[in-house]
Amino acid sequence: MKEGVLEKLKILAESAKYDVSCSSSGTVRSGRGKGVGNTVGGVGICHSFAEDGRCISLLKIMLTNHCIYDCAYCINRRSNDVRRATLSVGELVELTMEFYRRNYIEGLFLSSGVVRSPDYTMERLVRVAKDLREAHGFNGYIHLKSIPGASRELVRAAGFYADRLSVNVEIPNEASLRRLAPEKSLESVFQPMRFIRQGVLENQEDRRRLRHVPRFVPAGQSTQMIVGATAETDRDILSLSSALYARPTMRRVYYSGYVSVNTYDDRLPRLKQPPLVRENRLYQADWLLRFYRFRVDEIVDEAHPLLDLELDPKLSWALRHPEFFPLDVNRADYEELLRVPGIGVHSARLIVAARRFGRVDSCQLRRMGVVMKKAQHFLAFRELAVRTVDTLPPESARALFLPARRRKKGEGQLLLDFADE
Amino acid sequence: MNNVFFYDASFEGLLSAVFEAYVQKQFPDELLPEGAAPPLFAGRVFHVATQEERSRRVWAALEKKLSPAALRGLELVWFSAIPGSDLLLFRYIRKAIDAPASVETDFGDPVVLRFAQLCRRVSREVLRLKQFLRFQKAADGTYFAAVEPEYNVLPLAVDHFADRFSDQPWLIYDLRRGYGFYYDLRSVREVVLQDTPLLRSGRLGKGQAAEGEEQWQQLWKTYFKSIAIRERLNPRLHRQNMPVRFWRHLTEKQ
Repeated sequence: MKEGVLEKLKILAESAKYDVSCSSSGTVRSGRGKGVGNTVGGVGICHSFAEDGRCISLLKIMLTNHCIYDCAYCINRRSNDVRRATLSVGELVELTMEFYRRNYIEGLFLSSGVVRSPDYTMERLVRVAKDLREAHGFNGYIHLKSIPGASRELVRAAGFYADRLSVNVEIPNEASLRRLAPEKSLESVFQPMRFIRQGVLENQEDRRRLRHVPRFVPAGQSTQMIVGATAETDRDILSLSSALYARPTMRRVYYSGYVSVNTYDDRLPRLKQPPLVRENRLYQADWLLRFYRFRVDEIVDEAHPLLDLELDPKLSWALRHPEFFPLDVNRADYEELLRVPGIGVHSARLIVAARRFGRVDSCQLRRMGVVMKKAQHFLAFRELAVRTVDTLPPESARALFLPARRRKKGEGQLLLDFADE
Repeated sequence: MNNVFFYDASFEGLLSAVFEAYVQKQFPDELLPEGAAPPLFAGRVFHVATQEERSRRVWAALEKKLSPAALRGLELVWFSAIPGSDLLLFRYIRKAIDAPASVETDFGDPVVLRFAQLCRRVSREVLRLKQFLRFQKAADGTYFAAVEPEYNVLPLAVDHFADRFSDQPWLIYDLRRGYGFYYDLRSVREVVLQDTPLLRSGRLGKGQAAEGEEQWQQLWKTYFKSIAIRERLNPRLHRQNMPVRFWRHLTEKQ
């Protein structure tokens, strides 16, 4: 390994770290005794966790952090005075292989600043993936960024080497995007998404006829939106997510709380802390869309365009709809059970399976892992004397779930303020 | 009065105990390994002899009664070696044999639910092994990893590593239980090594590591530090996702 790689690795990892996606899910491919590596599918494997608590599954790195664009929210924008570096294809391939062989990583997540032109950049990304797959027999996970503006041919070439391709929306609104990133438009994001989708659909057709056609982007695509850099409400963000999920091949939308990287730019807010709670609520809402069969207009609507920061979105939905409750655990169907705060996908499945054998009571629910502290107010049991939400006025129902208010120091004690004069 | 069964603490022994119980029409309230101190107030005491023929017949019966997933569950719970898991397995097997239809999803039943929960707990430990195992390259080209899983799950993870790293020789050693698996590019076999300083520390010393090994570890540590976003530091989440008990063998935590 040549000198200087350590320094480059440091610079390029720091440039790539604001991209949230790291998952290695979606493809099952056994090693078959050839080359090195396999992918496990299902939920993927996280090999480490950084000190900010986020998972490290893939070697998340940029090929270069030089960029011709000047997007206000990006650390690597042209006008920023940061250290720049470029890894050669060989260096990057060797890094990936050696890390993989030591079980540090599940594969590679490669992104890049745009140099010269989108096609030039995309072509170099494809070259890395091709080299890994063909020259080194690498069978692990590869996630490539599809560069906005790259040609259809290059996206197609990338798709046969990569497990997942992604294009980041970043800003969910055309006007805001224009303001912050004058060189981009939403169309420049949606076009590569369309290329990927069409590629996958065509590939599915081909594979139906010929079994040995190689798979195209088997783990689908993902995208990311920045939260808190512009004035978009949670309703705008979630509506776009929901529309994206409705299209085939879109597997994940990530939300990235904006970290004030370019504090000098007046177009952006100066935040002391990234909006972590809001980001968390958005992820919870995203889970409701994907696993709990909620519609987006049930989570946020015109009257409530922002998610409640104090309560999770499922609980706030439940409190807005007391007429839906209380439910009978032994009769409610699976979709209804999923709507009960305190019952998750796992416990809802257990309940549905268990009640074929007999009635389910509250002790059994507790043992199954249902959070009874929440759920008891939404379920009707003959055994429990608990007031359910439908019998309570809205404010007191809400108060049940708020964290206990901590007493301030000195509260309840008469304090006489003798100011020095 | 309590029925007490003594058996040889092997899986075949457990299955033989099931057979014995049905022959005697007496079911254990306590299962103890041979040689353990008998409880103060024992009722009837049975000593089960492990018989291959009998355990095979019980397993054949279970194969008819249980799905492949549940059969693997038996294996998982057995490997957990959690105190009391053998009696739980006994009760689960008895329930499966006695019931006219499958009991696997009767989660209202405490035995079935506990069984499912233990399965989840052990499979999580298998996953953790796949996540947090770290190889170091030795001078002879073998990739060496030391692990100390909470349950005895190394045998359940070996297939994964054999599939993934099929073109490099490796040795994974369970320091806590004193055995491991070695892959020589053709097949995987179980090995027990003599006690050396390497097997106490789990780290390759200066002369033992391959050339450049330290450099790769350094690169990985650098990457690990650079990828964290300083504005979002969250040590609690960090420890929750990557429990401290694994840090001893994690390259990036040295």
